[in-house]
Amino acid sequence: MNPELGQLALILALILSALQCLLPIIGAWRNNKPLMETAPSLAIGQFVFIAMAYGILTWAFWTNDFSVAYVAQNSNLALPWFYKLAAVWGAHEGSLLLWMLILNLWTVALVVLGGKLPRAFFARVIGVLGFVAFGFILYMVATSNPFGRILPAPANGADLNPVLQDPGLTFHPPLLYMGYVGFSVAFAFAIAALLGGELKATWVRWSRPWTNAAWAFLTIGIVAGSAWAYYELGWGGWWFWDPVENASFMPWLIGTALIHAQAITDKRGGLRAWTLLLSIFGFAFSLLGTFLVRSGLLTSVHAFAFAPKRGVFMLVYLAVVIGGSLALYALRAPRVTGGKSFALASRETMMLIGNLMLTVACAMVLLGTLYPLVGEALNIGRISVGPPYFGPLFLLLMTPLVLALPFGPLSRWGKADLKVWRRALVRIVALAAAAGIIGFIIGVRSWYGLLGVTAATWVMTGVALFAIKRWREAPRGKRYPFEMLGMMLAHFGIGVFIAGAILTRSLSVEQDVSMRPGAGTVVGAYTFNFKGVSEVRGPNYRAQQGTMLITRHGKPVVTLYPQKRTYPGGQVQTEAAIQAGIFRDLYVSLGDPVGDNAWSLRVYDKPFVRWIWGGGALMMLGGFVVMADKRFRLKHAIEPETVPARPDPVPRAKLAEGGA
Amino acid sequence: MKRLFAALLLACLLAPAAQALTVQQVTQATVPIDVLPFRNDAERARFRHLTGQLRCMVCQDESLLASNADFARQLRGQIFAMMQQGQSDKEIKAWLVARYSTFILYDPPLQASTIALWFGTPAILLIGGLVVAVLLRRRTRPADTITEDPGEDW
Repeated sequence: MNPELGQLALILALILSALQCLLPIIGAWRNNKPLMETAPSLAIGQFVFIAMAYGILTWAFWTNDFSVAYVAQNSNLALPWFYKLAAVWGAHEGSLLLWMLILNLWTVALVVLGGKLPRAFFARVIGVLGFVAFGFILYMVATSNPFGRILPAPANGADLNPVLQDPGLTFHPPLLYMGYVGFSVAFAFAIAALLGGELKATWVRWSRPWTNAAWAFLTIGIVAGSAWAYYELGWGGWWFWDPVENASFMPWLIGTALIHAQAITDKRGGLRAWTLLLSIFGFAFSLLGTFLVRSGLLTSVHAFAFAPKRGVFMLVYLAVVIGGSLALYALRAPRVTGGKSFALASRETMMLIGNLMLTVACAMVLLGTLYPLVGEALNIGRISVGPPYFGPLFLLLMTPLVLALPFGPLSRWGKADLKVWRRALVRIVALAAAAGIIGFIIGVRSWYGLLGVTAATWVMTGVALFAIKRWREAPRGKRYPFEMLGMMLAHFGIGVFIAGAILTRSLSVEQDVSMRPGAGTVVGAYTFNFKGVSEVRGPNYRAQQGTMLITRHGKPVVTLYPQKRTYPGGQVQTEAAIQAGIFRDLYVSLGDPVGDNAWSLRVYDKPFVRWIWGGGALMMLGGFVVMADKRFRLKHAIEPETVPARPDPVPRAKLAEGGA
Repeated sequence: MKRLFAALLLACLLAPAAQALTVQQVTQATVPIDVLPFRNDAERARFRHLTGQLRCMVCQDESLLASNADFARQLRGQIFAMMQQGQSDKEIKAWLVARYSTFILYDPPLQASTIALWFGTPAILLIGGLVVAVLLRRRTRPADTITEDPGEDW
């Protein structure tokens, strides 16, 4: 198929996105029904053309059309077919196209599922998404066309970067983008509410399932990235506070605060302005993340692209979106504080503490990530900010959150129930302390490890106590609505994550050794017996493959085959071999020959490392489960609320009524 | 619906187990391995901790611990030698800073140019804390004066 058709499709999508932005919003403004009704067809039309462009690019990869520059740079004849499909988003241009496709998927999902929203509100939401799309497609057409040709076409392409030839790459970017882009829906709801002067907080309920979905995707995207880094970088780390990781972590922190703020606004009517602000910032940080990675501003392993024109365009786009939304917010945000009052020891207070710590943590990460860039720009010297800055500060900021976490669900809305608190506190403290003591007995000696065991038990006990309380108090069949079930899963996931993160750090045993065939080395309870190295061939590489028999008390556990691969382009990749398990990973990677038939090898015993990602998977699942709750189902078409954009101050009592 | 979620939950919990069953995953690494004769595990841990806090000056955002560049390899050897001579982490860092400037430290020392970095977070926390405190003062009422039935028990 002709790649120029792909470019044509992009241009048509650009025109449609401009119309999708203008017509429905003008329609909603002038109360013109036919104009409003253009929203669904324009959104679907745009999707069709973007999908067409995406399909054409994929086809170019599939058929090895090396006359397309992007294909020639990122694929070759020997590349396995599944990496050809994944190579579509392996570099700058294609990953933008993927971003756009995903934005269209969210928009189409909204068109299909949002049919019962008030028409004017719906038109504004789709219009805002059209605006977001317009900026991105314009960016692609103007600076990052994936369909550019090179003539004469090379007979074979370069290769997809060997670092990226990993199953992790196949899932990490699409999931991450599902999350990033998903926050555009909450953003569009918030902007639509501001544009229309929605005073009631009902829009928040409509946007909650979308926010939860985006958050769940982002969570699992980050988990996939972390797992990929663990495999790929090969020294057993799973989080590096690398600027690009930070870029994905900031929207996650804001998103986590947002789903909780939305719950308060939905149920109690309070924090409306705050929820609006977080909705804007959630998406702003997603855009910032895309910008930081895609502009090449950060010199990091992830930043594959560098071209100043691209960076400047992105910066302007970012400024327009964020500046515009904040200006709108300043003009329109409800000044009147609404919602019901609450006692100090209520659920609202706990959630406020959580929100505070999450947003401050996000600010801390932002500060540390941008500081070196600002420092360089202001010429105050080159500054490195890394793990020893982020790690301890993050731990400090999360401590109050983790302490408060069990008491959020256990408290009541509005009222203080000190009896429940006291009883729960006694049990949580007792169990957490017991866990610490047991941890000490089974061999956790560092204060850090003991803290981890205690904190994880603290959180998990809190969830368990809540489940028991609910079982006793609520009538059968109404005990665990999906919204609550999702919360419990996600909170429990945090406990699992804490246990994994901290136990891995304090219990891991790792060694760099040189071994001759026949030699053995003891790591923890395991003996690693080296059997030698042989030559093997892969689909597009040659490799030297070591054989390592691992035994425990003389009994064989597993044989691992770490490799060192040489790709046609000359790149060398060492491939660790991992025996993954619930309670520990055994890990071997092959280094270099060090003379006399001996090889350098790295061997690890990493207990509980899977719990890190298991906890993340539970959080993701929690996010999706929440969406299924009945309260989010729109039963009938909602009558539009025609409230003037700038109403007279509404009496507090009336507002509380409206927000309930 | 509930059954579906039960199944999903189960799948989620069993996923690590399933991975354990697949005998091994072949994965990727560019691993820096140097075989250094540590005297004991504590020394090895100290070395890893220290090199993890230092930037590989010739790499793109990689620590000395994680980097495979010649620069990092040589410097790791140097740091190991200094540890063998009985120098403390502080002394080793001072030597590195004298040679390569504070850019090599991943936790920049407090100086004029890093005041905002180190005090920015406490300042934001303070401001945020004050806002929350004001909000709580304005919006909370003593528990015994609240008589209304909460609209939602959950």
